[in-house]
Amino acid sequence: MSFLPKPKLHHPKLPVNALGFTRRDYEGAISTLCAGCGHDSISAAIIQACFELEIEPHRVAKLSGIGCSSKTPDYFLGASHGFNSVHGRMPSVLTGANLANRDLIYLGVSGDGDSASIGFGQFAHSIRRGVNMTYIVENNGVYGLTKGQFSATSDKGSKAKKGTVNTDEAIDLIGIALQLGATYVARSFSGDKAQLVPLIKGALRHPGPAFIDCISPCVAFNNHEGSTKSYDFVREHNEAMNFLDVFPGRSAITAEYAPGEVREVEQHDGSVLRLRKLHAEYDPTDRIGAMNHLHERKAAGEIVTGLLYIDPDPQDLHSNLNTVPTPLNRLDDSALVPGKAALEKLNAALR
Amino acid sequence: MTPTDISNPDTFHKVVDCQWACPAHTPVPEYIRLIAAGRYSDAYMVNWHSNVFPGILGRTCDRPCEPACRRGRVEEEPVAICRLKRVAADNKEDIQARLPPIPAVRNGKRIACVGAGPASLTVARDLAPMGYEVHVFDGEKKGGGFIRSQIPRFRLPESVIDEEVGYITERGGVTTHFGQRVESLRALLDAGYDAVFIGSGAPRGRDLDVPGRKEAAANIHIGIDWLSSVSFGHIESIGKRVIVLGGGNTAMDCCRSARRLGGEQVTVVVRSGFEEMKASPWEKEDAMNEGIPILNYLVPKEVLHQGGKLTGMVFEKVKAERDAKGRRTLVPTGEPDVTIEADDVLVAIGQENAFPWIERDLGLEFDRWGLPALNEKTLQSSIPNVFFGGDAAFGPKNIIWAVAHGHEAAVSIDRYCRGLDVGERPPPEVVMSSQKMGIHEWSYDSGVSLDLRFKVPHAEHEVALRDIRTEVELGYDRELAYKEAQRCLNCDVQTVFTTSLCIECDACVDICPVDCITFTADGEEQELRERLRVPALNLDQPLYVQDGLKTGRVMVKDEDVCLHCGMCAERCPTGAWDMQKFFLETAKPYAGRVAACQAQ
Repeated sequence: MSFLPKPKLHHPKLPVNALGFTRRDYEGAISTLCAGCGHDSISAAIIQACFELEIEPHRVAKLSGIGCSSKTPDYFLGASHGFNSVHGRMPSVLTGANLANRDLIYLGVSGDGDSASIGFGQFAHSIRRGVNMTYIVENNGVYGLTKGQFSATSDKGSKAKKGTVNTDEAIDLIGIALQLGATYVARSFSGDKAQLVPLIKGALRHPGPAFIDCISPCVAFNNHEGSTKSYDFVREHNEAMNFLDVFPGRSAITAEYAPGEVREVEQHDGSVLRLRKLHAEYDPTDRIGAMNHLHERKAAGEIVTGLLYIDPDPQDLHSNLNTVPTPLNRLDDSALVPGKAALEKLNAALR
Repeated sequence: MTPTDISNPDTFHKVVDCQWACPAHTPVPEYIRLIAAGRYSDAYMVNWHSNVFPGILGRTCDRPCEPACRRGRVEEEPVAICRLKRVAADNKEDIQARLPPIPAVRNGKRIACVGAGPASLTVARDLAPMGYEVHVFDGEKKGGGFIRSQIPRFRLPESVIDEEVGYITERGGVTTHFGQRVESLRALLDAGYDAVFIGSGAPRGRDLDVPGRKEAAANIHIGIDWLSSVSFGHIESIGKRVIVLGGGNTAMDCCRSARRLGGEQVTVVVRSGFEEMKASPWEKEDAMNEGIPILNYLVPKEVLHQGGKLTGMVFEKVKAERDAKGRRTLVPTGEPDVTIEADDVLVAIGQENAFPWIERDLGLEFDRWGLPALNEKTLQSSIPNVFFGGDAAFGPKNIIWAVAHGHEAAVSIDRYCRGLDVGERPPPEVVMSSQKMGIHEWSYDSGVSLDLRFKVPHAEHEVALRDIRTEVELGYDRELAYKEAQRCLNCDVQTVFTTSLCIECDACVDICPVDCITFTADGEEQELRERLRVPALNLDQPLYVQDGLKTGRVMVKDEDVCLHCGMCAERCPTGAWDMQKFFLETAKPYAGRVAACQAQ
């Protein structure tokens, strides 16, 4: 951590987006995490993504649980709504907030302990229910705040800093998310912003449950020989399936590619996800194929990254429940308290 | 791109923009930190070793450092470097004991300096501690040269000149021959000096050649001659209406002096545009603040006179145009001429070098502009033991250039007298020291102040204009000086990168407040500059490039707007970035300067 705030002066030629903001305007307080923490890179990627998408900061609600990862919402989007919930309970708080006000952009930030251990059930059910959100797990495979015990995502056979070998099977959050119906599933690496920023942008524009598993090395406790979440290991074993570009609309796309090299997916809001294929046979709209491919490549010792699955026309919790389109805080009293006659009508319908 | 060689002193010296821009390469951030720490005497000594006249320069310097200051590129205005220098001079204690000792035993070599201006005095100061016997000749009764004769007292009190000239002439080793103008170089050479340094300035003011000039001569004065007459008290008044011709700093001194000697309507008239004037922006500003209009694009056409008395001047209106070859020329606009009524005219349209006392058959070569043919680095003339410096060398410049010439000439003279190759220049003394004290602790104040430049308090107009000896600028007090000093970005505290320690975690890239660090694929400089986080379009500023990273990428740092805040080093988990203070002192003949200068 640093004691001094980051100087307010910025590069005089720093680009400005359509709202008149520079990237620096999307920052939060200075990080108090250890120097070199991968989580800080993910915060920087979120900042970059929101700047590029020209998101008004007050339209974002950032939520988190407990852990190193869950501290990070303080370090980005200082002008957004925030909720730091209890350990593992971010998904239910997010779900509730989303039900009350569907107009905000929901960004849940969690870690491997918060989502794969204490909050595993919460994670599973928020994905199952199809909450429209971006759910990022900053996955370092270690309990950093308590000095480096294995977490539930530590790979079997990987070594702790002092040499202990992990004997437990790892939870693959990507596999669970695919199985439980997430409609935008990606994996990335904090050390590769060129890949990560577009994936976050795509997730923020995705109108359904978007899940990103982001490997984020813990410099203090999990960046050694024998770790499978270190900078060196991830760089050596990273197999990117594709490279994503996100465009606000079709008209913005200009570059031409040979057929077969590029796959374009138009989302519900008109935005276009353009995937430059790095593996010709990989089809990111085939959920079963994605799950099989993940298992195969994992067995081969690779870490598969990129946009792994996308459903361009997803259902979300609101459409499933047929809720009113207006956020609750904008409904007037007569809508919220329709009166005795309405209650009797409802009761009659249930008899 | 070729990786940056940080063992070359120029590499980090260029990053310290102010020091690089200073002709004498004064370690500016070092003395600014000392001022902030209240160590005024230490700050003064850092200055004294480099620029010899801190009190004088702190009031009068042309400040090439300030336009170069990095602060001016990240915020609105540069640090008030020049005026902070004055703070060190104003607040120091007695520093006489800290001046380099003058050995009682001489080394047997005798050096003559012609003129007692800043160039000659610098040569004398640099050589006397080595045991040289230096003789300084000047036609005036006191030392200082143009510093004493040209700069009005309201900008520079005489006591400051006496003090700082005294540190050179009153400590032994230097014999002054004041009131003794050198009339013959031949005679001087025949007197058997081992070397002669000519620092006699550019003493001739350019004259005006228009109809009426001769007839009205009694009311037309050459600017530099008039200023020295004012300085020495020979002139104490001027007419109520005064025209000052010329756009340089001499013209600004003339008009402001005239305003104090009875000039009520003082007008500056320049041939070209206001923007093209040679005067420093702050001097123009000071003149205009005293109610002196500056009229531009007016070319003198005629002097009006009646019965031998000047009554005014006629000017032709012109505009700037580019000719077919793209050269800028002034062409008449065809509008009616402008007549300005006046009682006196001051002509400050330039100065020329003049060496009537140098015999042309001595073998000393001159170029076609009448300037001596010199080696630009060594300042040696075609006579091996004759050296030049200051305005006498390359035409009119300023005090700080004269000092820089003096240092180089002193090195040359020392090497010449010791039988060494004059062309071989000794390297500067450089010290690099890590500023790391703890995980987030640095031995410099790394916080970046957001304050805008503080104004130097001025005397009230009424008081200032009443007496030409009243100093206009009052200088910063200690509190303001501290605040202004905190605006300095500490550009001498360098970001030093060690590739072998880097794990490419991006922490430095993410934290850098000015986006100057990029990890990317290698390329040619021009193309590389385009694809940095913020394109590096200021080509005057170098890139700091290091290769050998595990991913095969290169680390590129654009030095342009780095705040030297140390955030990269604070957020670096492996110490691949370190903040190291770069202290550079140019080579001078006498030893022990670095130890004397360095703040511990």
